[in-house]
Amino acid sequence: MLEMQHISKVYRTELIETHALRDFSLKVEEGEFVAVTGPSGSGKTTFLNIAGLLETFDTGTYRLDGESVNDLDDDARSRIRNQKIGFIFQSFNLIPDLDLFDNVDVPLRYRGLNAAERKRRITQSLELVGLASRMRHVPAQLSGGQQQRVAIARALAGEPRFLLADEPTGNLDSLMARQVLDLLEEINRGGTTVVMVTHDAELARRAHRNVHVMDGKVTDFQPYEGRPIGAGTAGRAALA
Amino acid sequence: MFGYHLRLGLKSLRRNPVLTVLMIGAIALGIAVCLTTLNVYSMVSGNPLASRNDVVYAVQMDGWDVTEPWNKDHPTYAPWELTFRDAQAVYESNIPDRKVIMRKGAFVLGSSDEKSEAKPYIVEARLTTPDFFSMFAVPFKFGAGWDAEAERSAEPVIVLGDKANEKMFGGADSVGKTVKLDDKEYKVLGVLDHWSPVPKFYDLNNGSLDEPEDVFIPYSRGELLEVVSAGNVNCWKPEPIDSFRAFLASECVWIQSWVELRTPAKVEAFKSFLDGYVAEQKKLGRFSRPLNNKLSKVSEWLQLNEVVEKDNSVLLGISFMFLAVCLLNTVGLLLAKFSGKVGVVSLHRALGASRKMIFRQHLVEVSMVGVVGGLLGIGMGWLLLLALRQLYNSYEAVTHLDWTIGLIALGIALVAGILAGLYPTWRICRVQPAPHLKTQ
Repeated sequence: MLEMQHISKVYRTELIETHALRDFSLKVEEGEFVAVTGPSGSGKTTFLNIAGLLETFDTGTYRLDGESVNDLDDDARSRIRNQKIGFIFQSFNLIPDLDLFDNVDVPLRYRGLNAAERKRRITQSLELVGLASRMRHVPAQLSGGQQQRVAIARALAGEPRFLLADEPTGNLDSLMARQVLDLLEEINRGGTTVVMVTHDAELARRAHRNVHVMDGKVTDFQPYEGRPIGAGTAGRAALA
Repeated sequence: MFGYHLRLGLKSLRRNPVLTVLMIGAIALGIAVCLTTLNVYSMVSGNPLASRNDVVYAVQMDGWDVTEPWNKDHPTYAPWELTFRDAQAVYESNIPDRKVIMRKGAFVLGSSDEKSEAKPYIVEARLTTPDFFSMFAVPFKFGAGWDAEAERSAEPVIVLGDKANEKMFGGADSVGKTVKLDDKEYKVLGVLDHWSPVPKFYDLNNGSLDEPEDVFIPYSRGELLEVVSAGNVNCWKPEPIDSFRAFLASECVWIQSWVELRTPAKVEAFKSFLDGYVAEQKKLGRFSRPLNNKLSKVSEWLQLNEVVEKDNSVLLGISFMFLAVCLLNTVGLLLAKFSGKVGVVSLHRALGASRKMIFRQHLVEVSMVGVVGGLLGIGMGWLLLLALRQLYNSYEAVTHLDWTIGLIALGIALVAGILAGLYPTWRICRVQPAPHLKTQ
């Protein structure tokens, strides 16, 4: 599903160079739920941004879903982001003046789907996160946990093969964090590959595999041992 | 997708109402000033007889003082107008297809009907030979002008302008009725439809931006009734003028003269005629200056008379520079606005929008600012023209909003909005989304 080989990324200013990733290699199989852990500044988010084609890298190779993304132009990268990747951010990143329906609609608009298909997907994904009845509310009318569920619905509406979550529970209390994680697990059981960056060791333990990053390198990981138990009821399969 | 971009643009504009109002206001102000000057410029620089430009000519002859040219700044210029007798000579030529000699007079126009409620008032009259109406394509609402016989016998006939007819007869068909000019009765032969050539090309020397005269009567009536000129009279020669007859025989210039010459051969023939006439007059002791007869097409006549003064062009340039300053302000405001949108744009990028899509979306947004600013600017420009009209009555003809200019202004506003938005839009498209998604 995702295969990075010897990736390096350096941020340069006039004064300093920061090596965010050095010789970073990682393979994630389809259907996996991988937690990426590590201290602040270790390169977790850089990895996630590169994985999500939000940033380029300096050296190495990156294959996503069997396709090399090294030399893709902006249009192609945007298309892959739109069609194959779903993002969940720590700060939810909902657009404040759009209601829930329109927030979930954003990636579908860029996909060029017709109105009926968009409506079907939006309704279905909001139902999955339990917020269909509030689709005309704006984000400010929701709690943090609900907002994160909307963000998950937005990611799911595009029926991505690959879900990237950056500290998805970082801004939530423990109860809401658990609910969100339950949802991610359910989505993963539906067949969607999930890569989650987290500080929280307890959350990381719920993933099938932990990858530890330190100083821009993978320092420890548990090898993938086959498809997780209980796969196949929610997430991508549910929306298909 | 365009509809979606419009919707997002509208939401974005609502997000920062103060910035939006400032941007729209800046563009509106620039457009209003441009529209006003452009409107006035286009009015004064137009050729109201463009369709007949190639056949209608103003006639000039130079019988001015031998010691001093008529125009010191332009020594080759001949006087704008002719003496009474030279004009008469032009009128007697059979070469032109049409010929007009004319001048202005002032009368009191009143109703012949004692029961009429229309009050007498002072009018400007054009005393002209009959070809005036056909040569200058003057539109009639009712009736027609007079014929050569009526001209010859100085008949008391009249053509009313639409405003005079409105005042005297409430706008009704007044052909066959009579009105009084001073104390004499005139039979109405025709009523003009609305006709307001700007500039008033046929007599630029007597108020180039004035409205046409209220009434029109035969030129020969002026001689018969000894009607003094209500227009400019320029004299150079010290000569005793103790009667109207003496005035008509003087070297004073005050008669406008136009001819219609439909073929180049006729133009040449008429030039020869003028040269021959001046040569004869020289033998009689007149026309001491070198031969300087001129035939000018309407467009040349307008240029020669500098209807579009240099000030107008400079003002137009300044107004466009003002628009440029307004646009620079808009660029600054857009930069400020778009810098506040970096987070949302980054999110759109993450969700699949390419740079091109973001560019298009923001171009739609700035176009909306341009169009709304343009519409508001047209409204403000219209108010400015209205204010000018209230302040300067003589500007009435040039302060009517030409809707073609309005549409051009809207186009300018749209282009201006897009131009102002290009750099901010380009900048927002270059934003790297990743750093802003973490902190939004």
